[in-house]
Amino acid sequence: MINLELPQKLLTAQQMAHQLAKGAFRPIARKYDTIEHCPTPEELIPISQMMRAMGGMSGGGKKDGAKSEAAADSVKNGSNLMGIMATTEMAWGCCGLMLSLPGVGLGNAAIDAVGTPEQKEKFGKLYCAMAITEPGCGSDSAAVQTTAKLDGEEWVINGEKIFATAGDRGDAVVVWATLDKSLGKAAIKSFVVEKGTPGMEVVRCEDKMGLRVSDTAAIRFHECRIPKSNILGSPEIAADAEARKKAFGGVMQTFDNTRPMVAAMALGVARGALEITRELLEKEGVKADYSKSLYNSSALEAEIYRMEANLEGARLLTLKAAWMADNKQPNSKEASMCKAKAGRVGNDITLKCVEICGALGYSQQWLLEKLARDSKIIDIFEGTQQIQQLIVARHLLGKSSSELK
Amino acid sequence: MAHAEHLFDLTLTEEQRITRESMRRFAEAEIRPISRPADEKAAAPDGFYDSTAALGLSLLAIPEALGGAGMGRAPIANALAAEDLAYGDMSLAIGALTPLGFINTVLDHGTEDQQERFLTPLADEKFVAATIALMEPRATFEASDLRTTARKENGRYILNGEKSMVALGNSARFILVIAQVDGENTPAAFVVAQGSEGLSFEKEDFMGLRPLSLQRVQLQNVVVNEQDRLGGDKPFNLQRLVDLSIIGLCATAVGCGQAVLDYVIPYVNDRVAFGEPISHRQSVAFMVANMAIELDAMRLMVYRAASRAEQGLDFHQQAYLCRVLCAERSMEIGTNGVQLLGGHGFTREHPVEMWYRNLRAVGILLGVAAV
Repeated sequence: MINLELPQKLLTAQQMAHQLAKGAFRPIARKYDTIEHCPTPEELIPISQMMRAMGGMSGGGKKDGAKSEAAADSVKNGSNLMGIMATTEMAWGCCGLMLSLPGVGLGNAAIDAVGTPEQKEKFGKLYCAMAITEPGCGSDSAAVQTTAKLDGEEWVINGEKIFATAGDRGDAVVVWATLDKSLGKAAIKSFVVEKGTPGMEVVRCEDKMGLRVSDTAAIRFHECRIPKSNILGSPEIAADAEARKKAFGGVMQTFDNTRPMVAAMALGVARGALEITRELLEKEGVKADYSKSLYNSSALEAEIYRMEANLEGARLLTLKAAWMADNKQPNSKEASMCKAKAGRVGNDITLKCVEICGALGYSQQWLLEKLARDSKIIDIFEGTQQIQQLIVARHLLGKSSSELK
Repeated sequence: MAHAEHLFDLTLTEEQRITRESMRRFAEAEIRPISRPADEKAAAPDGFYDSTAALGLSLLAIPEALGGAGMGRAPIANALAAEDLAYGDMSLAIGALTPLGFINTVLDHGTEDQQERFLTPLADEKFVAATIALMEPRATFEASDLRTTARKENGRYILNGEKSMVALGNSARFILVIAQVDGENTPAAFVVAQGSEGLSFEKEDFMGLRPLSLQRVQLQNVVVNEQDRLGGDKPFNLQRLVDLSIIGLCATAVGCGQAVLDYVIPYVNDRVAFGEPISHRQSVAFMVANMAIELDAMRLMVYRAASRAEQGLDFHQQAYLCRVLCAERSMEIGTNGVQLLGGHGFTREHPVEMWYRNLRAVGILLGVAAV
């Protein structure tokens, strides 16, 4: 039955996450934006302990309890939708602080997705960052130059990674490296490197426009030796072209779950900006109450309506992609669609809110300017706007990556 | 609240799935082939609307006691029908759904006596037109601020004014005229029978929706009996009618937008320039991707508003934002559809220019296709 309202279970989770974001994130959002470089903010430590005790709120395609298996053919609202609710609310509080919560790194999502039971047991309790990007490769993740060579019972990693979120504060890093550059994508594997391993060095943390409290590390690997068992997935390189394509496709599928989560960040940031804007406008007697049609409304009201309409469209696309994941429907196209729409809408809205509110919007007295700085990266990381459009277009047009480049 | 018990779900019911299949088949086989000739002639082909009667659009909603199938109000099913029929042609879809908009409004607001008098004649095997006259011909038109007036005199109402864009107006058996009653704060709705004295029609020509037979209606001292004021003395909820109409019209925009998308995809894959299909160029491919992204956002907003209406939840805000998004994005889809075909898109050899003209109506038209 078509119903786009959320069930009580999800609304309750949303309310809890909202209380957390309002009580714990918002009050310190400006402070840590100013501090920028620091260890994990102390205020976040009890929160992450509480979240661990509750079994995590981040979702990300994790366990769907025994209850849902009982009704295999019925519709599910599971961990993916739950993750959207929690992520949206926490990002409403402060996206940077959410990404600084110890224990829920992107590396954890990768280990959950492809790790063996032993690896999940061993690394599951660590705070794991993800290191894919290199100075010479960003969106083209198949072009990584970092190498991994097997030497006896150890892998030897060499190379340089940048833009690793939580790469400094994390306990471990999931590193993408190639076993053989000549074999392309299929030879790219991921490896867990624990902090303190000789040969691994955090070179610096980036100074950024926004999302400042979140640490973005550059990490160098020089003859860095890790146990043979730290490879995620199979160490074999697929024999033929078809199997190779499939193998890399498997790695990329992690994104089908994480992209809607990143879209949810944009939803939270944009809604935060819109709410503050409405508050500031109401003080001046401007109330957008849907009483007159778009063009008979004031320019300010019409702008609010346009932003809300686009945000609602982005929100529903995001819920759809997560709902498909919860119901085991292939959602690669939809994950990219929601990330594309939410990413650009989130950026547009936060920038427009700054402009609409004038001096107050631009001022650091309010959070609007911070949200406008934070929102930009959401249209870039986890696949840029343009990468999402490429993926959607290839699906629609039936084109391969060698045809539609 | 009831809705809290439902899960977020985009699955059609078995009944909706089967109905969709037959609607789509009809749209592809019976509507699409006549779409262009109907646009050129600015008229639906003879017998077209009668052929839609078999779809049961009107009959399903009318109570059994009045000769219908008694399925009652079904905003989601209606929105799906609007989307699917408009995949064939937007004008003809709106035309086919015009009686249903009238029926739904009478079901929502009419007294038992009014339902019996106005719905029984529409419960027919053949297509019987009935329509709603809401819009007025001026810039800055606002549905809640009407210049068509109703003056009460000796237990009757005297209607005066000018209405515009009244679908199937001249062939409608009943016309629901929305007018401002002297001395009252909100507009009311009056059922005016075809042939009433003082009622006259003139076909309006528009850039698009040409086969729809949109009429300019003059009301000069048209007399309406007191018992034909819809809902009697109860205030008429015009907002509800406007919002249900937005959902229906936006659903047709989704259907037409899907037609554009499905037409340009094979075109850009087949069209070769500089030695390869133009779809291999990002500037082309990204336009296609964005069409699909915005189209799905439009669709989900239509579904949400329709679903809230069906569940009895307030849906004004959802319908309002739905119109804002659909008006802007469907026109973007329409104009990019032409752009992707280049000069060929500008010719009437291809349907994209017609869809472009039709989609311009999404932010304008009000009062049709109420779900």
